[in-house]
Amino acid sequence: MENKLTISSSPHIVSNTTTSHIMRDVIIALIPATLGALYFFRMGAVVVIVPAILAAVAAEAIFQKMSGRKVTVGDLSAVVTGLLLALHLPPNAPWWLTVVGSLFAIIVVKQLFGGIGHNFMNPALAARAVLLASWPVQMTSWVNPGADAVSSATPLGILSEQGKEAAMAAASLKDLFMGNVGGCVGETSVVLLLIGGAYLLYRGVITYIIPAYYMGTVAILTLLLGGFDFSYMLFHLFAGGLVIGAVFMATDYSTSPVTQKGQIVYAVGCGVLTTVIRLYGGYPEGVSYSIILMNVATPLIERYTTPKVFGEVAK
Amino acid sequence: MQLFTFKGGIHPPHRKKQTENMPATKAKPPGVVYIPLLQHIGAPCVPVVSKGEYVKVGQKIGEAQGFVSIPVHSSVSGTVQALKEMPLQGGTKVLCVVIENDFKDELHESVVPKGDLTGLSREELVGIIKEAGIAGMGGAAFPTHVKLSPPEEKNVDVVVLNGAECEPYLTADHRLMLETPEDVIEGARAIMKALGISKAYIGIEDNKKDVLKGMTGEIMPDEDINIVLLKTKYPQGAEKQLIYACTGRMVPSGGLPMDVGVVVNNVATAAQIARTIKTGMPSIERITTVTGGAVNSPQNLIVRIGTLYSELIEECGGFKEEPAKVISGGPMMGLAQSSVQIPVTKGTSGILCLTKAEAKIPESENCIRCGRCFTVCPVNLQPLYISAHSLKYDYKKAEEYKAMDCIECGSCSFICPSKRPLLQSIRVAKREIIASRRKQNR
Repeated sequence: MENKLTISSSPHIVSNTTTSHIMRDVIIALIPATLGALYFFRMGAVVVIVPAILAAVAAEAIFQKMSGRKVTVGDLSAVVTGLLLALHLPPNAPWWLTVVGSLFAIIVVKQLFGGIGHNFMNPALAARAVLLASWPVQMTSWVNPGADAVSSATPLGILSEQGKEAAMAAASLKDLFMGNVGGCVGETSVVLLLIGGAYLLYRGVITYIIPAYYMGTVAILTLLLGGFDFSYMLFHLFAGGLVIGAVFMATDYSTSPVTQKGQIVYAVGCGVLTTVIRLYGGYPEGVSYSIILMNVATPLIERYTTPKVFGEVAK
Repeated sequence: MQLFTFKGGIHPPHRKKQTENMPATKAKPPGVVYIPLLQHIGAPCVPVVSKGEYVKVGQKIGEAQGFVSIPVHSSVSGTVQALKEMPLQGGTKVLCVVIENDFKDELHESVVPKGDLTGLSREELVGIIKEAGIAGMGGAAFPTHVKLSPPEEKNVDVVVLNGAECEPYLTADHRLMLETPEDVIEGARAIMKALGISKAYIGIEDNKKDVLKGMTGEIMPDEDINIVLLKTKYPQGAEKQLIYACTGRMVPSGGLPMDVGVVVNNVATAAQIARTIKTGMPSIERITTVTGGAVNSPQNLIVRIGTLYSELIEECGGFKEEPAKVISGGPMMGLAQSSVQIPVTKGTSGILCLTKAEAKIPESENCIRCGRCFTVCPVNLQPLYISAHSLKYDYKKAEEYKAMDCIECGSCSFICPSKRPLLQSIRVAKREIIASRRKQNR
């Protein structure tokens, strides 16, 4: 027996929570929005969600196998990436488009930089940006919710083309809140996304800081710039991908600051950029690009927001 | 009731149920004791007995060398068999006095009551504590008389007694406070007197509320000693965190408790001081929790210093399955042992025998930057970055990220979902930083 005792440095016990538990929680949190997507967009959602997840997982497994690394699809992060990408694509997008997106997200953005935790941009958002730049037509062909896939414009699209009055007349705040409008597969329903967000908060996967500061900044800015029109502010909060971006994308561990102060700076930055792009930019929607831009700024933000350690005297 | 605490920390499973309701019982006196001549931080003592000599209980067998050193006494009566080197908890070899027990328990003449606390002067008290070989019994084993002799320029005005016992599995301090609260309180008074101060706090986690009844009431009519109920959280018993929770004072980075006027002692140390004054018996025994899933019937044992771990495990019914790890102390900060043939010292608060399942540490994966290690760090460090720099041999960067402020509580490694060896790599960085500082001073 004497020779069989393990010697190691303390601590000798660890918690039960693993990376896959966290990813599983994210997937659970996305279930309401995913079911909502299936309800609103029917087969249009299916042809986007299924290939995206399958391609993401397969890409990760095959790439890791080929490059001689440990296959880590068991941590479920590829499933999360695939699902998040799918929820950010238009319903009825061709299946090959989603597959290309998943391959780009997993191989180029994630694995080439060292795998989980080492990517400097959110893989799903980076893939979406590439798809939007490469296939703008397929990426902006919107349909109305419901059984018949009637093509339509999104509320933010109407806003950028026809102005405030037309946009606010096109979709009621209630429809925006419930998700009964045109838009990406999983971003339309504010209420379902907030349910998922509440679950993530409850499970301690995310804190309130990034979503609250992000959406708060957009709320304050649109209230100020919209002439103190309260319903216009709500329109901006509920329309487009703000909620899914603030709750699920901006809170991505790898690409957001770990310090509390840094998270505030980062989230406010996301909010400012989103508002500026939406109101003055060339694209109707600014959430994806705002988050990607702030992702890149994360190391810098962290450097300037290093917290004081216990007992450190103020300089 | 308001609970006091600090920022950060974790909630590891308590696993105290097995032993917290088991009264501390006297362990069978061992046939042979192996008493190390170095059981404290500081200089080792020199033996003052030789082979074949007859020694009695409480007799001094090792003399202190220098100020940061304390003498060692025999815990049995009998004949000195040998003086030989043995590996101790830390793995280093230390000279031990091997004494064959004659089971007569003859008391040495020097073991006489030291009189009433009111009649003793400060100097006398510090002298008694030093002569009795009392070192911190929480695990660090720092000679107590040194703590009680602060330099002139430090204005110590508060003593904090550590009764947190925040390590999972361990219940030695819990039983001590429950069974002999009067010794703890009397010890607190002795420490206050030795320091010439009139304020004490005893910090106790709220999972040990049952000790409150004994610790307050009749035995404590004065208000100089305050019981502070602490939130049950690890590492609540870490010195600086405990001081902050009890007094609101923040020990500066790189500083000592004395810098904010505080001296911290373990409750078991205080109780030992009280007993020594009452009976004259030096530090020759302590309560140790023998526990863990691999032990048949875990217990709190009153153990003579120098008893081998193997004998205590035997007394607890032996192993019910082969242990994967035997730890001196708790699972968060204790030292893993390569053998159970090592003697109990003044700092052995627990002997923890973990089964394969309990000791399992999963393989580490990529850091996902979840920031949990940073959230739980009681010192507000960013373990993920210190560790990352350490693993890249960039110890300068690790130092910039304040690696030296790490208190090595292990909360970061515990909480990490990717099971990264965060503390372990920070420890490497600390060692390298200390080494390079030494080199520069040369």
